[in-house]
Amino acid sequence: MKQLTMPSFGADMATGIIAQWKVQPGDKVQKGDIVASIDTMKGLIDMEVFDDGVINKLLAAEGEDIEVGQPIAQLTLADEPRSATEAPKHPQAPLGQKSISAPKDKHQSRNPSAPRVDLASDSDRFPEDNEVAGRRRISPAARQKAAELAIDWRQLQTGSGPQGAIVLDDIMTMAKASTGEAHYPEADSSQQMREAIAAVVSRSKRDIPHYYLQQDIQLDNALAWLAEYNQGRTMDERMLLSALLYCAIAKALPSFPQFNGFYLQGRYQAQELVHLGNAISLHGGGLMVAAIHHAQQLNPAQMMLKLRDQVLRAREGGLRMSEMQDATITVSNLGDRGTDSMQSIIFPPQVAIVALGRQRCVPWVVDEQVSIAHIVTVSLAADHRVSDGHAGARLLNKIDHLLQNPELLI
Amino acid sequence: MPARLPQIVLVKKGFVMTSNHPKPHMDKAHLHGLLKQMLRIRRFEEKCAELYTQQQIRGFLHLYIGEEAVAVGIMQVLDPQDAVLSTYREHGHALARGLDMGKVMAELFGKVSGSSRGRGGSMHIFDSDKRFYGGNAIVAGALPLAVGLALADKMQGKKGITVCFFGEGAVAEGEFHESLNLAQLWQLPLLFVCENNGYAMGTALAISESQPHIFIKAQSYGMQAEAVNGMNVVDVEAAAARYCQAIRDGGGPHFLECNTYRFRGHSMFDSQLYRTSEEVQQWQGKGPIVQLQNWLHSNHALSSAELQQLELDVQQEIASAVDFAEQGEFEDESDLCLGLYGQGLL
Amino acid sequence: MKENTLSYRDAVHEAIAEAMRQDERVFLMGEDVGNYGGCYAVSKGLSAEFGPQRIMDTPLSESGFVGAGIGAAMGGMRPIVEIMTVNFSLLALDQIVNNAATLRHMSGGQIGVPLVIRMATGSGKQLAAQHSHSLENWYAHVPGIKVLAPATIADARYMLAMALADPDPVVLFEHVMLYNETAALPTPADCPDMHKAVVRKSGTQLSLITYGGSLGKALEAATLLQEQGLSVEVLDLRCLRPLDTASIFASVDKTKRLLVVDEGWRTGSLAAEICAAVAEHCFWSLDAPPQRICSVEVPIPYPRHLELAATPQVQQIVDLVLGLLGKQAGTK
Repeated sequence: MKQLTMPSFGADMATGIIAQWKVQPGDKVQKGDIVASIDTMKGLIDMEVFDDGVINKLLAAEGEDIEVGQPIAQLTLADEPRSATEAPKHPQAPLGQKSISAPKDKHQSRNPSAPRVDLASDSDRFPEDNEVAGRRRISPAARQKAAELAIDWRQLQTGSGPQGAIVLDDIMTMAKASTGEAHYPEADSSQQMREAIAAVVSRSKRDIPHYYLQQDIQLDNALAWLAEYNQGRTMDERMLLSALLYCAIAKALPSFPQFNGFYLQGRYQAQELVHLGNAISLHGGGLMVAAIHHAQQLNPAQMMLKLRDQVLRAREGGLRMSEMQDATITVSNLGDRGTDSMQSIIFPPQVAIVALGRQRCVPWVVDEQVSIAHIVTVSLAADHRVSDGHAGARLLNKIDHLLQNPELLI
Repeated sequence: MPARLPQIVLVKKGFVMTSNHPKPHMDKAHLHGLLKQMLRIRRFEEKCAELYTQQQIRGFLHLYIGEEAVAVGIMQVLDPQDAVLSTYREHGHALARGLDMGKVMAELFGKVSGSSRGRGGSMHIFDSDKRFYGGNAIVAGALPLAVGLALADKMQGKKGITVCFFGEGAVAEGEFHESLNLAQLWQLPLLFVCENNGYAMGTALAISESQPHIFIKAQSYGMQAEAVNGMNVVDVEAAAARYCQAIRDGGGPHFLECNTYRFRGHSMFDSQLYRTSEEVQQWQGKGPIVQLQNWLHSNHALSSAELQQLELDVQQEIASAVDFAEQGEFEDESDLCLGLYGQGLL
Repeated sequence: MKENTLSYRDAVHEAIAEAMRQDERVFLMGEDVGNYGGCYAVSKGLSAEFGPQRIMDTPLSESGFVGAGIGAAMGGMRPIVEIMTVNFSLLALDQIVNNAATLRHMSGGQIGVPLVIRMATGSGKQLAAQHSHSLENWYAHVPGIKVLAPATIADARYMLAMALADPDPVVLFEHVMLYNETAALPTPADCPDMHKAVVRKSGTQLSLITYGGSLGKALEAATLLQEQGLSVEVLDLRCLRPLDTASIFASVDKTKRLLVVDEGWRTGSLAAEICAAVAEHCFWSLDAPPQRICSVEVPIPYPRHLELAATPQVQQIVDLVLGLLGKQAGTK
């Protein structure tokens, strides 16, 4: 018995359709007879049979689209007894087994008279080992970051990059270590984070001459505005006070460039854009500062969305590298925790940090009359190498002004 | 030089002879030999078709079925020192030239035991010992090579001639004209054999050549040229004998147009929309094997038993060849760059 | 010409004559190589010495006679095929790429093609777009052939013999602006193995890598830079396929900066290949991005000033080097 399969007429041919059977079961056929007309993308091509015999069975119908190599008919070979399964005269390849397969692992096939000449260019191969022996390799990106963070990369013998090269990650790791500095601790383990924070704040206290200012700011206008905004809105759409507070800070800063920038290698560089670092406390301890980019352009609704989204992601560990690295000033909002004010520690290379206390109700003198007001204490810690108290006071006044007139924040 | 059109004389039983040549060589043994050679090629090609539909042979497959008389007739008069070039439709030429059938089949299977270590496949069969230089996939691409091989023989005072087979499609290429001009200009020992089967892939001769008589073009280069019935192996052999002798005698290049026909499509994946099945059948009726067989039979020069034996011998050779091919190994991947460049002097 | 000097043209002439005297299998074939004496007068007088059988004038059939050269090489001869210029070689690309380059590998190692093809290349003579191509990179792209660019008189004199001794097809480019150059009589020792790149001028701050007709400009630029106290190394590639990457990497590892000078068009140029290879292998040593200066991507125009504007010039090379070294450009 022999299987007749859908023939391949070319490499492009994946399937064929039996347009017409030219034989039926019981028909005698001779080698070379056409048994079917196959419809291919190039048109109709005749399928021939390669043996003498009798058609036993048709296995596929006209109109069927069949993969090349699949059985479509059965043929009883002429010299075959009907019942026996004698080996056919010519060894027929079982379906699929003899198709081009991966070469075997032997080397017998090598022609001994043809010497191996490998003139393939070196370009195909990477240098095996340290061809610039004894010299460490560092990527340009790592080199730049090291300079930025004032890290001595030469302390590393080898790095995690290709061929042992020192790459950006290695510099960031160094930055977290005790001799290096971390901007923002990674969220992988709280112990590591603690150590990183310890390193940062120690250095900050050591190197930065902090000065501290604070101001109580009345919130009644802001709260009224907020109440109006939130009317008719669902829980998801409601705005919190913090959105207004952050907006006020972000919008005040551009007028005071000495509080929004980086102090590096003995030089201060003010930044045009305000990337507000939002200090986020994490479950189980730990702190993360995530930058809200272009904060000065955001209106309160946008700010609210950002804050909400960021806190969520921070706690899930989904913050992006860019959010963790490029805040130009930090805001630490401890209002929920119930503290009135805070003398914060600046995160270098920033030069200021704003802390927000809790919203509280206090007696308040207006026009020499005592009334009740809702207030928040806004505290500013700043780098005295870059700014002085006078400027700090003006900044706080500006923030105050914006919060008294929330419509300015839109 | 006046155009010399062959005078076609139709003889009974479809055996067509040109009247411009001497009596054909009629020795029975010789004719049996010719028949066997053609059968070898025919059955081999049929086997290739089968194996191709089963995906054992891949890429392109161009069958020589119907044209056997040309390769067989011409190879009869060649010596080992002669050089042969062919096209992608070369299995017949390779076998007629004496290449080992197993090595050819192994080459089609892509095995390292193939004639080109499996690297060339159907279109690039080479055998430097037999001075068989392929096997070329660019139409007309081998003609300049033929000019060069003939030039080398002439410059070195060697006695061999070069025979270059190509289809009539090559005539449209610039390389055809350049090569004929160079060959004639330099009086090279070169036989151009144009296998005119009427179709360049799917394009009929009538719509691609303003002058459809190919040999006339060769004559315009000052070259000795004529057309012969490519379906009659005896005619082909006789013409080749004359021409090759003339070339060996220093008569410069010659051109033989062999009018023939392929019974199958250009390649396997060809639905032959460009010609009718009636036309194909008509030519099959006067095919080279049918012609010779019938002639021998009617002249009581071939018994059924003898024919059966020929077929059996051929069948066995093919079975061994397939076996050899199947048993062969594939070239090691790590040897991919082997033989890209030579080393030292040849 | 002074005694004891040799022109590039005469160096090539002498190389061909010597090869033909030493080996009967060598012959020269091409358009106008015989009676005319060669388009660039390289083969003048050779026909008288060797006769028209060995100095063969061909008809205008690039494909035909290049293919014939391939066939003749297959058949035991050692032909030198001269294609008048790279511009005309386009007609013979089929023979070179589909036959010469493939035959050995495709035949499983049976058939070699020990052929040398010489062609003139490059611009500078105001011959306009169809006569000014630099397509060395196209040939250098193809496995199976070798590509040489002799830029010095010594190389013009001695590389041909090496190419003839090579069992594979060698394409040899002679820049049109070099033929009139002269130098002191070279000796074989002045011409290292054809596969090697050679440092023509040693330096420490930047590697100027180039070939063929651009070598002179690179050397001139290096000299001007030296006057400004800068140390620039000039590496002459000599062999474009296979590229001597070992020498390239060694130079760049040392200097840490790279400028490739290539008269081909920028996109897909040989310079691009070199820059990529350097980026892959010398990345860790680099102190500046790999740079290249190539021809502007226009067909090369006829008027002198535009031809100059379209191709790399010494001042541009100097300015680019200064830029890479962090110095002010524009200094003469």
